[in-house]
Amino acid sequence: MRAETTTSERKAAALAAFKDLAHDPGVPKPDPILVVDDVVRRFGGLTAVDVKHVEIQRGSITALIGPNGAGKTTFFNQLTGFDTADAGSWTFNGRRMNGVPAHKVARAGMVRTFQLTKALSRLTVMENMRLGAQQQKGENFWRALVPSFWRGQEDAITERAEDLLTRFKLAAKRDDFAGSLSGGQRKLLEMARALMVEPELVMLDEPMAGVNPALTQSLLGHVKDLREQGMTVLFVEHDMDMVRDISDWVVVMAQGSVIAEGPPDTIMSDERVIDAYLGAHHDAPLSESELTEQLQEAEAALEAEIEEETQK
Amino acid sequence: MDWITIISTTLKSAVGVETVLYGLAAIGINIHFGYTGLLNFGQAAFMGVAGYGLAVTVAVMNLPFWLGILVGLGAAVLLAVLLGIPTLQLRADYLAIVTIAAAEIVRLIFRSVAFKDVFGGSDGQRGFSDGFYALNPFPEGDYGFNLGPVPIFFNHRLLWVLLVGWLLIAVCCGIVYLLMKSPWGRVLKAIREDEDAVRSLGKNVFSYKMQSLVLGGVIGCLGGFVYGLAFASVQPDIFGTETTFYCYTIVILGGAARVLGPVIGSMIFWVLLVLVYGVLSEAVAAGYIPFMTSIQVGPVRYILVGLGLILLLVFRPQGIFGDKREIAIDAR
Repeated sequence: MRAETTTSERKAAALAAFKDLAHDPGVPKPDPILVVDDVVRRFGGLTAVDVKHVEIQRGSITALIGPNGAGKTTFFNQLTGFDTADAGSWTFNGRRMNGVPAHKVARAGMVRTFQLTKALSRLTVMENMRLGAQQQKGENFWRALVPSFWRGQEDAITERAEDLLTRFKLAAKRDDFAGSLSGGQRKLLEMARALMVEPELVMLDEPMAGVNPALTQSLLGHVKDLREQGMTVLFVEHDMDMVRDISDWVVVMAQGSVIAEGPPDTIMSDERVIDAYLGAHHDAPLSESELTEQLQEAEAALEAEIEEETQK
Repeated sequence: MDWITIISTTLKSAVGVETVLYGLAAIGINIHFGYTGLLNFGQAAFMGVAGYGLAVTVAVMNLPFWLGILVGLGAAVLLAVLLGIPTLQLRADYLAIVTIAAAEIVRLIFRSVAFKDVFGGSDGQRGFSDGFYALNPFPEGDYGFNLGPVPIFFNHRLLWVLLVGWLLIAVCCGIVYLLMKSPWGRVLKAIREDEDAVRSLGKNVFSYKMQSLVLGGVIGCLGGFVYGLAFASVQPDIFGTETTFYCYTIVILGGAARVLGPVIGSMIFWVLLVLVYGVLSEAVAAGYIPFMTSIQVGPVRYILVGLGLILLLVFRPQGIFGDKREIAIDAR
């Protein structure tokens, strides 16, 4: 009962924060955890990312959507240090993060997952989990040689990993190689492993890609759960049903820029978003001659249908 | 055919100098390739700089033996760092290309005419191992026992080299065992699987790869010392690319990413080579194989052992100690 009240409280708090915001790209949020300014990434002549200003609200679930090639994953890569931006700056918890290498971004509390799951195949599920823990004494070369230095910490890490595995229903698989898991289970493992880092901001790159429908619900539940535990979630997704179901706020990217923001239930009716997905003139004929062509086609089809009827 | 000699040399080769020095080099390769996934094709260079570091320090500069060992170890560390800085940030295949080229550069410098005063050209260096044999606790003579009719004896010098060599192997295997059980080893194995995943979990991948390269290089360089001391000389062509390829063969034969894999692999590899050579040359001498001359025996043994290794890879790809389940998993 108590869990339910906090659940609704967290969700309500997140929604309240977004209540009176304008639906413009780059709209300022009351308490942003991540603030991005003028990030540009070019590949030769192609500008893959050109984001003027975006803020991500703390304690919310924000979805990043956009048509294929909109630059969502590239944008993710800039923010997490996996690729170098050509220009721009961004701050995480007020700390400047541009030019910071990927491993330091993760240590700062901003952890990502990947579109193509990166389960470490020939490590067991448990070893995958343990790897996520930070500040491990046994990860130092000299201390690694003396087990008594790190045994205690390792036991504590294992205990925490076991709790997480139970929550993600992977406890039975703890001693199996991660490579033997199904696609969906790997996604779960990757998410659980990211939580071992104890992040403040979890960035999920297409968490639902390649997951069978039976697991989708459970994955959705886990994503919502992250917010309930006080984490902020930013995720890239194509599946609009999922976006509508779990996100508190949606940021839309197209051709490298943020073109709109808004709550999930109204964002898809936004003119700019429809244009981005379907093209600005998707329902208008392209020219006069094409219009007549369309008419002729329709007539021909009708005639054919009539003919078929009479032949019967 | 003299079966007693064949069996005697074969049994001795199971613990012989080649087994020890290739075993050490292969333990290093196992750290690089088996655990970290680094394709270091320049292991011969690590052995070379160690052997020559010792030889030049003692024979040319007339400095004490222990200083020579320190110079050799330092040279191996330096080589690892020099190779690592430009390549470890890049994709894995670049390391393979750069290391194989670097190993050849090192070998060609050793045999170059310009540095003949220092490295001795293609003749190499000799006369630097007295300091090592001065420490030999065994008085002059032959040591060993008769296994039934088969005599297994080593002279005092060889026994001293083998004792030190096997102690080094034991220590290195102990270190590898402790490290690979630890969180440090876990990070290495994770890097082998997927670097980006490890980065996303807050580990400094470059630093770990460098540590792995240095550790494997230093262990491999011990093999160079063993060679130089056992044969009391170093020549540049000993440290050619085929030395590295033997190390890879040994690692795969024994089972990659297994603590004892390289040691057992080295024993099997040399036992096979010596046995095939012994049997073939005796058979040719006795006239059982009329179409072969005794000169052809040397190359033919490599052909036969190579064939055996191909069959091993086909029927037991995980090596002697490997875990079949691991091979079954398609990496990535």
